[in-house]
Amino acid sequence: MPVAARPTKIATHRIVHEPQGCYTVANAGAQCTVWGSAMWLEFVIAIPLLLCWAPLWGSRVAGRNGAAWAAGGVTAMSIVALSQVAAPVLDGGIVLTRIPWMPTLGMDLALRLDGLALLMCTLVLGIGLLVVLYGRYYLSTFDRDDRFFAFLLLFMGAMLGVVTSENLLVLVVFWELTSVSSFLLVAFKNDKADARRGARRALGVTGLGGLCLLGGVLMLGDVAGSFDLTTVLASHDVIVADDRYPYLLSLVLLGVFTKSAQFPFHFWLPGAMSAPTPASAYLHSATMVKAGVFLLVRLWPALSGTTLWFVLVTGVGLTTMVFAAFVALFERDIKGLLAYSTISHLGLITALAGLNTTMAVVAAIFHIINHATFKASLFMAAGIIDHEAGTRNMDELGGLAKYMRSTAVLAAVASSAMAGIPLLNGFLSKEMFFKEAVEVGEVAGWALPVLATLGGAFSVAYSICFVWGVFFGPETGKLKTTPHPPPVWMQAPVWLLVALCILVGVVPGLVIQPALRGIATSVLGANTPDIEIHVWHGFNVPLMMSFAAVAVGLLLFAKYDALVRLKARFPRAPKGVRLYNAALSFAYRIARGITEVCYTDSLPRYIVLVVVSALVLGLSPFVGEGLDGFTAPSGLQAAELPVVAFVGVFVLGAVCTVRFRHRRFLALIMLSLCGLGTTLLFVELSAPDLALTQLSVELATTVLILLALYFLPEDSDREGSKARHGRDWAIAGAIGLGVTGLMYAVLSRPVSSIADYYIAQAKPYGGGTNIVNVILVDFRGFDTMGEVTVLAVAALAIAAMLENVRLIRRETTMGATVRSKDLHPFMLAVMTRPLLPLLLLVALFILLRGHNLPGGGFIAGLVTAVALALQFLSSGLRWTFERLQINYIAAVALGLLITLATGLAAMLFGQPFLTSAFTHVHLGPIEFELASAMAFDLGVFITVVAVLLIMMVRLGQVGEEKGEHQDEQPDQGKGEQKGASTP
Amino acid sequence: MMDLVFAAGVGIVAACGVYLLLRMRTYTIVLGLALLSYATNLFLFGSGRLSIGQAPIFAEGTEVYADPIPQALVLTAIVIGLAMTAFVVVLALISNKELGSDHVDAGRDEEGK
Repeated sequence: MPVAARPTKIATHRIVHEPQGCYTVANAGAQCTVWGSAMWLEFVIAIPLLLCWAPLWGSRVAGRNGAAWAAGGVTAMSIVALSQVAAPVLDGGIVLTRIPWMPTLGMDLALRLDGLALLMCTLVLGIGLLVVLYGRYYLSTFDRDDRFFAFLLLFMGAMLGVVTSENLLVLVVFWELTSVSSFLLVAFKNDKADARRGARRALGVTGLGGLCLLGGVLMLGDVAGSFDLTTVLASHDVIVADDRYPYLLSLVLLGVFTKSAQFPFHFWLPGAMSAPTPASAYLHSATMVKAGVFLLVRLWPALSGTTLWFVLVTGVGLTTMVFAAFVALFERDIKGLLAYSTISHLGLITALAGLNTTMAVVAAIFHIINHATFKASLFMAAGIIDHEAGTRNMDELGGLAKYMRSTAVLAAVASSAMAGIPLLNGFLSKEMFFKEAVEVGEVAGWALPVLATLGGAFSVAYSICFVWGVFFGPETGKLKTTPHPPPVWMQAPVWLLVALCILVGVVPGLVIQPALRGIATSVLGANTPDIEIHVWHGFNVPLMMSFAAVAVGLLLFAKYDALVRLKARFPRAPKGVRLYNAALSFAYRIARGITEVCYTDSLPRYIVLVVVSALVLGLSPFVGEGLDGFTAPSGLQAAELPVVAFVGVFVLGAVCTVRFRHRRFLALIMLSLCGLGTTLLFVELSAPDLALTQLSVELATTVLILLALYFLPEDSDREGSKARHGRDWAIAGAIGLGVTGLMYAVLSRPVSSIADYYIAQAKPYGGGTNIVNVILVDFRGFDTMGEVTVLAVAALAIAAMLENVRLIRRETTMGATVRSKDLHPFMLAVMTRPLLPLLLLVALFILLRGHNLPGGGFIAGLVTAVALALQFLSSGLRWTFERLQINYIAAVALGLLITLATGLAAMLFGQPFLTSAFTHVHLGPIEFELASAMAFDLGVFITVVAVLLIMMVRLGQVGEEKGEHQDEQPDQGKGEQKGASTP
Repeated sequence: MMDLVFAAGVGIVAACGVYLLLRMRTYTIVLGLALLSYATNLFLFGSGRLSIGQAPIFAEGTEVYADPIPQALVLTAIVIGLAMTAFVVVLALISNKELGSDHVDAGRDEEGK
C-alpha cells in the first residue's frame, strides 16, 4: 500500500529508507513504499544511455581491449548505481522516483524499483557484463566491435528503462527504444542482405506491436485514471469491469506477443539470428524478448483473473510452446534451433502467466530467471562453436567433443537444464509449470497437461539433437578447419552461467527461494503464496509428466530420421515470414498507388491537388449544415467611399496583373498597384502599422522582382489549351467565391476576441501604447522570435543558392527595350546620397517610437534596407560596398542573438523566457519608458535589415562580374520610383 | 455593405492569385503567390472586423479599438511573405539557369507540356 504522499523533486542523493516498520517480507503483506528522492535510480538508466559512446572512445584510445573495457566499465558503473538504490528493495520496499516531465499529459519520468524490476535489472546488467566479456573475444576490431558495444549499451539503457518505468507511457517510450536499438544490433553486419532483412522484419513486427501497446496503455491509463503503475496495479476491479477491457487487453497483449515472439508473430526471432552471437545471447535470450513476458507479469495484478486473459494468454502461450518446440526439432542451424527453443520457452512463460493462479506467476518469474541463464550460456556456446568450427550447420558439425571438451560439457549441462533434467534449474520451473497445468487442468480440461507434456517432450528431443549433433555424433568431415578450444575468457561467462544453473538446480532453497519470495511479493503483494522450492517433491503427477516427457523425447530422438521423413510427407504450412512479406508488399502497393496519384512531378497538378483539396475540405463542414448567422455585420454600414475606392485599386491591380502577365514589366507594376491598394486599405481600416509595413515590403518586393526579371527569359506563349484555361478559371473562381463567402461569414458574425485583455494590459505590463507592437515584442515575443528566425533561414537559403552562381542577362528586354546609356545617372546619385542619412533618421525614429506609436523593428528595418538599397541602385554595388563593409550574415546572427539574449536575460532574473521589463527614464525635460522589449525590437530590426540586404545584394551580384558595363539598368527606373514614394 | 465589398475584393484577388499559380511560367507563379498573399493577409486582417479611425494605439479615454491581434499576426505575415517571394524568385532564377527554361515543369519529361 503506497504511502499517499506525492514524491518531491530530487532533494538529495541518498534514499530516505526508514522502514518505519510498515512492511515485512515474511507475512507477504503490506509493502512499504519509499517515496524517495533517489537520483541513483535515474543514474542506472542514464549511465548506459548517455555514455553509450564510451566504447568508440575506448577503441580509439586503447584499441580492441579499450572498447570492451569501456563497455564493461559503463555497465559496472550502472551496477554500482543500482547497488546504491537496491537496499530498501531487498528489504521488501519499493523505490519510486519522479521527475516531472509533462504533467498535463500524465507523463512524468517516474521510475520504480521493486523486486521484479530489481530482478530484471540484475539480469540486464549481469548478463550484459558477461556478454561484453564474451563479445571481446567473439568480435574483432575488423567487425567494428566498438560500434557493437555502443549499440549494446544503448540497448541496455533502453531495457533498464522498460523494467524500471513507473509511468506506463515512459515504459512505452523505452519499449520503442529497445526496438530501435535492437534493430541496430541485428543489422550490425549491414553488408549482409539477410541481416538487413532480418533487422527490418524484427523492427517491423515489434514496432507495430509497440504501436498496439501504446494504444492499449492509453486506454488502460484512461480506465485506471492514471498512467502510474502504482495506481494501475491497484485498479484491477475497475479495469476488468470496464467495457473497454477486452480492447485494451488485446492491444497490450499484441505488444507483448510481438515483443516476446509469440505465435503468430514469432517469425521475426529466427530472422534476427543474423545478429552477431553476443547480441543474440543478450537480446534474444535474456533481455529484449523477456520484455514482453516481463510486462505480462508486471501487469498481471491489473489485467489477469478473467477468462479472456486465460484464453488469450495461455492459449497463445501453449500454442507457441508446442509449435516452436516442434519446429526446433527440425532446425539444423544451431542458432535457429536455439531461436525456436527460445520462442518455445517464452511460450511456456506466457502460458504460465495466463493461468490466473498466483503460483503460476511465481513459476513464470522463476522460469524467466532460469531461461535467461541456460539460454544465454547456450547461445554463447553456439557462438564458440561457430567461431572455432566455422559453421553453425549441424549437418556439417559432429564429434566436436574431441576438440573442445569443456565446451561440450558446458553445452550438455545447459541443454539438460533446457530439457528440464533434474538437479538443474530448468527442471524446477518446469515441474512447477506441470503442477499448475495439472491443477488448472482439473477445471479447464485435460488438454492443458497433455500439451504441456508434449512441449516438454519436444524440448527434450531437440536438446538431445543439439548436443548429439554437435558434440558427439559422427564427424562429417565437412569442416574446413580443425576446431580449437576457445580462449579461457571467452568461455568464462559460460562457466559462470552454467554454474548458476547447477547451483539453483541443486540447492534452490538456499539460492533462489528467498529472492523469489521477495520478487513474487513485489508483484502479488498480499496474495503471494507460500513459496517452497524443493528438488524432490515425492512421486507425484508432475514428476510422472517429466518422466513421460523425457521418455517421449528420447523416443523422438531415436526415431529422428523417420520423423523427418514423416514430416516431409505433410504439406508445409504457410510460414509467418511469407504472410508478413505478403502483407508488406500489399502495404507497399497501396503506398505506391497513393504516391503515383499524388506525386505527379508536375507543379500545376500539385497546385490543383492542393487547391481543390482545400476547397473540398473548406466546403465539407457546410454540407447539410448550410450557412447562417450573417447577423452582426461590422460597424461599417454606410457606404464608405474611400474603402470602396481602395478595394477598387486592390482588385484592379490584381486583374491587370493577370491580364498583362505576358508583359512582365507591366505585370509587375500592376502587382505593385494591388499592393498599393492593400496599403491604402490598411491605412483606412485602422491599421497604421500594417500600412507602413506593407508599403516598405512593397518597395523591397518590387526591387527584388525587377532584379530577377533581368535574368528571366522573355515570355513565351505556350500556356496550354483552351480547356485548360477554362478548368483553371473554374478552380480559381470557386476559390474566389469560397474566400468571399468565408470572409463575409466571418465579417458578419459577432466578435469574440481576447483582444480586450491585450488592450488593457499593453500599457501596464508591456510599457507601450502601440498595442500591435507590444503584442509583437512582448506578449507574443516568442512567436516573433520564430518568425524572425524564418526570415533569417530564408535569407541564408537564398545566399546559399546564389553562392558562386553567375547568371547570364537577357540581351533584349521585352516591351520597353530602351536602355539608358547612363549606368548610374549623375542626378540620381547626387539626389539619393543626401537622402540616406535622412532615411536612416526616419528609420531610427520609427524604431524608437514603435513601442508607443506606429512603427517598430520590422518597419524600421524595412525602411533602412530600402534606404541602403537605394544607394546600391543609384551608385552601383561596388561603390556602395567600398563604403559599407558589413558581413550581412554575421549581422543576421547578431540580430537573432540579441532577441535570444533579451529572452534569456529575463530568465536570469528568474522570470519565464522573454518576460519584458520596463522603466521610466527621466532625461531632463524628456520622460519616456524604456522597455527591455525595445532591445528585442532592436534585434528584430537588425535581422530584418540584414536579411533584406542579403536578398537584394546577392541578387544584384549574380550578374555583376560579367556585364559590369551595363550594370543595374532596369533598376534605375525603380530607383526613381522609390525615391518618389519613400518619403 | 462594406463587408461585402471587402469580402468580394479579397475573393477576386485570391481567384486571380490561384489562376496565376496554375499558369506554367515561374514568373506567373511569383506573381500569383504575391497576389495570394495579399488576399490572405487581408483575410486574416478581416477576421478582426473592419473599423475606421480606431487604430489600436492606446490613449486615455478611448474605449473602442480595432482588434490588434490579427494586425500583429498579419504584420509578421507580410514580412515573411516578402522572404517567401524572395525565395521563390531566386528559385525561379536558379531553375531557369539549371534547366534552361522558365517552364515550371521543365525538369520533367516532355509529358508536362
